[in-house]
Amino acid sequence: MKPLLEIANATLKFGGVVAVNDLSFSVEEGEVYAIVGPNGAGKSTVFNLISRFYQPYEGSISFDGQNLLDRKADAVADLGIARTFQNIELFEHATVLQNLLVGRHRHRRTTLVEEMVFAPRVRREERKHREAVEEVIDFLDLQPYRDKMIAGLPYGVRKVVELGRALASGPRLLLLDEPASGLSVEETQDMRWWIDDIRKQMGITVLMVEHDMGLVSGVCDRVLALADGAKLAEGTPAQVQADPAVIEAYLGAGAA
Amino acid sequence: MRIHFKTSYDHDIRLFPDWWSFLVYAALVAVAVALPWIMDDFYLGEVTNVLIWAIAGLGLMLLTGQTGQASLGHAAFLALGCYSCVIFMEQGLPFLIAFPLSGILTGIVGTLIAIPAIRMHGIYLAIATIALSILADDVIVLMAPITDGVSGKFAPMITIFGIEIERWTTPDRFYWLVLAITILCTLAYRNILRSPLGRAFAAVRDSEVSATAMGIHIARTKAMAFGISCAITGLGGALMGFYAGAFNNETFSLVISITLLMMIVIGGLGSIHGAFFGAVVVAFLPQALSMGKDLIGGGSVAIPGLETGVFGAILILFILFEPMGIYGRWMKIRIWFELFPFARKDMFKRQKSYLKTERLR
Ligand SMILES: Nc1ncnc2c1ncn2[C@@H]1O[C@H](COP(=O)(O)OP(=O)(O)O)[C@@H](O)[C@H]1O
Ligand SMILES: [Mg+2]
Repeated sequence: MKPLLEIANATLKFGGVVAVNDLSFSVEEGEVYAIVGPNGAGKSTVFNLISRFYQPYEGSISFDGQNLLDRKADAVADLGIARTFQNIELFEHATVLQNLLVGRHRHRRTTLVEEMVFAPRVRREERKHREAVEEVIDFLDLQPYRDKMIAGLPYGVRKVVELGRALASGPRLLLLDEPASGLSVEETQDMRWWIDDIRKQMGITVLMVEHDMGLVSGVCDRVLALADGAKLAEGTPAQVQADPAVIEAYLGAGAA
Repeated sequence: MRIHFKTSYDHDIRLFPDWWSFLVYAALVAVAVALPWIMDDFYLGEVTNVLIWAIAGLGLMLLTGQTGQASLGHAAFLALGCYSCVIFMEQGLPFLIAFPLSGILTGIVGTLIAIPAIRMHGIYLAIATIALSILADDVIVLMAPITDGVSGKFAPMITIFGIEIERWTTPDRFYWLVLAITILCTLAYRNILRSPLGRAFAAVRDSEVSATAMGIHIARTKAMAFGISCAITGLGGALMGFYAGAFNNETFSLVISITLLMMIVIGGLGSIHGAFFGAVVVAFLPQALSMGKDLIGGGSVAIPGLETGVFGAILILFILFEPMGIYGRWMKIRIWFELFPFARKDMFKRQKSYLKTERLR
């Protein structure tokens, strides 16, 4: 079977900095795959390559057999790829509900004129969007925040809302950039159960960047260790943690 | 305090969240419809003026408040709406066709102009659009054969199904016409806000990166916002023409653009109420000022730039003390009354609670 996401020999430079260096890896449908590595290793840049925010100098990226490089950044969501950002990017002056509804945007079927008069079709579509979003709200226990503005929400809740917005789009592949960073121990625990459920109940493939090795070993099938944009090691969490090169580059350097 | 019990998703989709707010707005519309029997013609004319400014303000609000794109070029679109409507009517089209057509034309022109302009952000876009306001004047003069340039045009009589409507001779009919258009524009605006496109506008305003990641085409969405904004503004401009009776190349100047932008900021960006509150300020400020001058005994002395100066001062005070505009202030007063006597003094301080829970690394 072909992998869901396949990155082959991708290279990206920012001026003199080689952020991603001849990197190849692939993510199978249904697995939870983690990328670990020290700060500045190029993890977020890999996500931005998949999101098509950056154009790789070389290499190829394909999703479900289609060439991702043929697409613009705003056409990636349509394939069923959703993501969160390391430094939470929510719509600050909108409510939690509205934020999650934006996640449904790729399912928009109505035209401007229909929306202006709020035609029956718009109402029907809106009901469908609400149902999908309401399921996510239940799943992530967001009811208390449903109609609250994002500005003014605690950091931990924002992280969950961002996960919710990505889930609301009904993705096949979920990209999570440091889902547990800045969360308390209990919040991290919740995140762990959610990621487990996202894979097992919803059947969504997850690619995540995470520093918390507890979380990584807890939920991930495979791990890729990255340093200076290049692959150091790949394998099960235990294999990667035991890899001498990884211990040297990542855990050894100041024991982050 | 009213509590909303949600029994189905329709509660969020509905135009009015509950019966109470439906009744409030129904009462408001009823009073508005009855106004010609309550008010004399002078004040009715003033209220008509408020509504026309509110329509123009709704147009700019959609672009600036909802989508986050500032424009100082909207006087040009007021002018385009006004001239095109009157010229269509001079060509023999009835008002009921000429009026919507002028809105559509203004919307299309706005969209075309937006395509190069939307690459710019914030203040740069505002500055670039100033050029539009200035150019409009010249274009009107250059196109004198159709626009009558400096000598200007007179607004023709509006006839709808044989009923004649004119601002001076039938101020009540003109008022009802403007009221009906105001309600239609407000409804269209509300409908957009509760639809996917309205949410896409807010998404573009607040975070272009994540909007893109959600599949929103940034340039197309901004161009749409520009187009709809210009269409509504164009309708407002046409009504301004009929209200003024006569207009020429100097009627829709840069000052009008600035006034419109200040208006929605003072009223409260990002809310429909804000456009209306701001319009009240714009329409009644000249009256308030002349009354003020009478009070201090300087009634006959003309002070150049007084209006603009006072307006600017109000704007600065609002930005300093109430960035949410009159609407924000109004909401706070309302919530204070609803919670009375439990309102706390620091209730509206911006919360930074997340700093406390964040595990700093
Ligand atoms: N937009 C950018 N412009 C220039 N350099 C960048 C940019 N984005 C990332 N970099 C650089 O690329 C390298 C990898 O960054 P990043 O992918 O954010 O690392 P991380 O693994 O911590 O997520 C860093 O050296 C960073 O400074
Ligand atoms: Mg990063």
